[in-house]
Amino acid sequence: MLFTGISLFSGLSFLCGPFHCGPSLCGPSPCSCLFLIACSLSSCQNPSLAVGSSVSSSVVQGSLVHSPGALVRSSGSMVNQYGLEEEEEEEEEEARGGVPTRDLFVTVDHPESHVTAIETFIVYRVLARTTRGDFDSSEYEVHRRYQDFLWLRGKLEEGHPTLIIHPLPEKFVMKGLVERFSEDFIETRRRALQTFLSKTAEHPMLSRSPQLKVFLTEQDLTAIKKQGPSFLSRMGDSVRAAAIAVRGVRARPQEFGAMQDYADEFSCKMSALDKVTQRIIKEQNEYLEELSQYGPLYSQWAELEADLSEPLRGVAGCLDLCGRETEEQLRHLTEVLQPTLHQYLLCADTLKTVLRRRDHIQAEFEAKNDALASSAVSKKGDLETLKEEAAGLEERVESANSALKGDWARWGDAMRYDLREALVSTADKNQDYYEKCLAVWETFLLSQKTPPGQEED
Amino acid sequence: MNRTMADSDSEEAAVLDNTDLTSPESENNMINTMVERETALLKKIDINVAESEKRSGKNTVNMQETYTVYLIEIRPANAAEGGLPVGDSPWRRYSEFELLRTYLLVTYPFVVIPPLPEKRAEFVWHKLSADNLDPDFVERRRLGLENFLIRVASHSVLSKDKIFYQFLTEEKGWREAVLETGFQDKADSRLKSLSATLRVKNPDKSFTDLKQYSDELNSAISHLLRVRAKVADRMYGVYKVHGNYGRIFSEWSAIEKEMGDGLQSAGHHMDTHSASVDDILEEEEHYADQLKEYLFYTDALRSVCRKHELIQYELEMAVLDLASKKQQREELTTGAVRVFSLKGMSSKLFGQESPEQRESRLAALQQSIQASEDAVLDKNQECREFMRMSWEEVKRFKEQKDRELREALISYAIMQISMCKKGIQVWSNAKECFNKM
Repeated sequence: MLFTGISLFSGLSFLCGPFHCGPSLCGPSPCSCLFLIACSLSSCQNPSLAVGSSVSSSVVQGSLVHSPGALVRSSGSMVNQYGLEEEEEEEEEEARGGVPTRDLFVTVDHPESHVTAIETFIVYRVLARTTRGDFDSSEYEVHRRYQDFLWLRGKLEEGHPTLIIHPLPEKFVMKGLVERFSEDFIETRRRALQTFLSKTAEHPMLSRSPQLKVFLTEQDLTAIKKQGPSFLSRMGDSVRAAAIAVRGVRARPQEFGAMQDYADEFSCKMSALDKVTQRIIKEQNEYLEELSQYGPLYSQWAELEADLSEPLRGVAGCLDLCGRETEEQLRHLTEVLQPTLHQYLLCADTLKTVLRRRDHIQAEFEAKNDALASSAVSKKGDLETLKEEAAGLEERVESANSALKGDWARWGDAMRYDLREALVSTADKNQDYYEKCLAVWETFLLSQKTPPGQEED
Repeated sequence: MNRTMADSDSEEAAVLDNTDLTSPESENNMINTMVERETALLKKIDINVAESEKRSGKNTVNMQETYTVYLIEIRPANAAEGGLPVGDSPWRRYSEFELLRTYLLVTYPFVVIPPLPEKRAEFVWHKLSADNLDPDFVERRRLGLENFLIRVASHSVLSKDKIFYQFLTEEKGWREAVLETGFQDKADSRLKSLSATLRVKNPDKSFTDLKQYSDELNSAISHLLRVRAKVADRMYGVYKVHGNYGRIFSEWSAIEKEMGDGLQSAGHHMDTHSASVDDILEEEEHYADQLKEYLFYTDALRSVCRKHELIQYELEMAVLDLASKKQQREELTTGAVRVFSLKGMSSKLFGQESPEQRESRLAALQQSIQASEDAVLDKNQECREFMRMSWEEVKRFKEQKDRELREALISYAIMQISMCKKGIQVWSNAKECFNKM
């Protein structure tokens, strides 16, 4: 397997700390830690390779890049933080003698308020850069609002009902005092939108979707949004879906049953983790508030004192610095861990939805089969039609199953990677927080080693 | 993790070798070392409030009540472990300590009398019980009472008091002895004290400053303790919620093949982290107790200031008294009535009194003036003595306060460092586990 350079933002190397890179392992390029992850992934039996019959070879490479790509994209915010442009990272890659295997890069930024007579909404700038031949240009800039993202995801679901598509951030729900236009809310949403687009862009099949291309390239999406399956056919779909929902699938293969169980459990756990993390953030915020009142009291006391004022001010200073470190740590929780957990909570729902759809497809086939078997058919022509339809549905079931299985494995790898990275970076940040506070207090102790008498005349 | 903490660590160990001790031990060490056996009393004996016990009995209104008593153990100083106790090893309850302290306050008004530990639990954060019978509260009170006794015993004047020695050594009869001193009669009534404070004209500036300082210090420390309790409360919340991570990771690990082990062990570290806050906050209570002691010391300072005001007021009154009597004498001798008086009017109306009458009145007045002059001299003397002695006391107190509070702040820093070290340990362990996921 020819694995050359992987696109990697150099600023993210700090996350690679725990991995031990063996340069001899993976080919000519100088070691990049994500390299190793990708290689180890290739060595573990990735079922998608065996099953994915319709997956092209270039996409195979792409699929194995997913986990590192997931790192890249779920930390997209960090990219913007470090101010690195895709350009730089591509150049860097070329300098390393590699050819980027990711050929489509997207960013979502510059949220701006857009005011019309009827409503006000936020518009985001979406930048796309690509080397793909099927794109006319290598760079695109468009402006999209949240509804446009909703449209895109809907279209992707339509086209690939059993693929696991990354969730979008939720619609605005009046939760406490969070304003729809608050900076925090917009920023959180922006990051989630970016993650959604990145993950979609690196998905072997979804990235080829025509709607994605249109989303990234067309200036005016409204005309295109109006096109789409007719109202009547949509009606037909939902009626059929309802009918089958009543019936239910009969012979669900065991592996999908296992997936269903997993999805349910996983959803539970993610929900719990999400709640706990939110609670920690809330408590930490309240702690910070009290702490900010505590430190100054030492300073105030110092004003009453003579000899004692110096150590008192010292303590006040320490508390102040620790407060700032607490803010930093809190920021990390809010910006890295919380969003990741929340997104995987939403993913859990996607898993369940996808499994349900697969069941529907199978149920449809079973229904057709039953109709065939009942032989309550009069004309011979009708029998033939039924047989054709049944065969078509059987194919549909098979392709849905294989798409789902392949994507399930891919998703699992990405999930483990993303969650592990988020947890590692949180633990790291927390450790860092305590180390910084430790240093603050030790400095104070050192300052107290000199008896005050010696400092006076 | 590879910071140069190790270096500074050993430095700290050299300077403050209490770092690894549990707080009660370190507090006792601090008391016993700081005391340095200055007084004759402490050269002879070691004082320990060794135990506490619950008792039941009928109180003054014949109701059944439960209270705690504390064992006072006196042993010869520097004796081996098996040193025989000196005296009866009496059991005393809090109210008896209060009685002792009140006696000392009245008998030595120029001394900054050490305070007792708080009567009721104040500045509590939610997990801590405010119940006086709670074992943690009793334990902290035991230490506070011991601290009180040692402070009294290390005071050059107070340590010589017989009643104090009796308190330490005599089970029976102490109460009668202290009441027999009649100190309650000598006590200045609150009314007298208050009116002196309001009416005194020329209190010494150092004392007014001292009073202001005590008030401000009292306010500053109260405020600090209150907010500290809130901070402790919040910190408790943050740590405890992490315990939930432990549970969820454990459950989650059951459905994951690759991540199972990593999650499971990470979960254990989260439990450790959550549990660690209990010890951390318990240590901090000792720091809070040290601050509280000085909070209560401000009351003792105010007492001294009030006594000064009282004596000064009495001096001013004596001076006024003398002045008015002298004026009366002048009026009598010169016959000039400067100020309208009934005597003057009646003498105008009904005729002057006889020279004999005047003579005797003058003589009486002269005697009275003599007495007044003596009184003024005495009061002046008393005032000056009091100021001299109490000012020395205040100076000594200030030095002690600066020294001890600085130590307290240092020990607070050490506590924070220990807390940080635990945090570093837990999260670096957790990180390792997460990496194995």
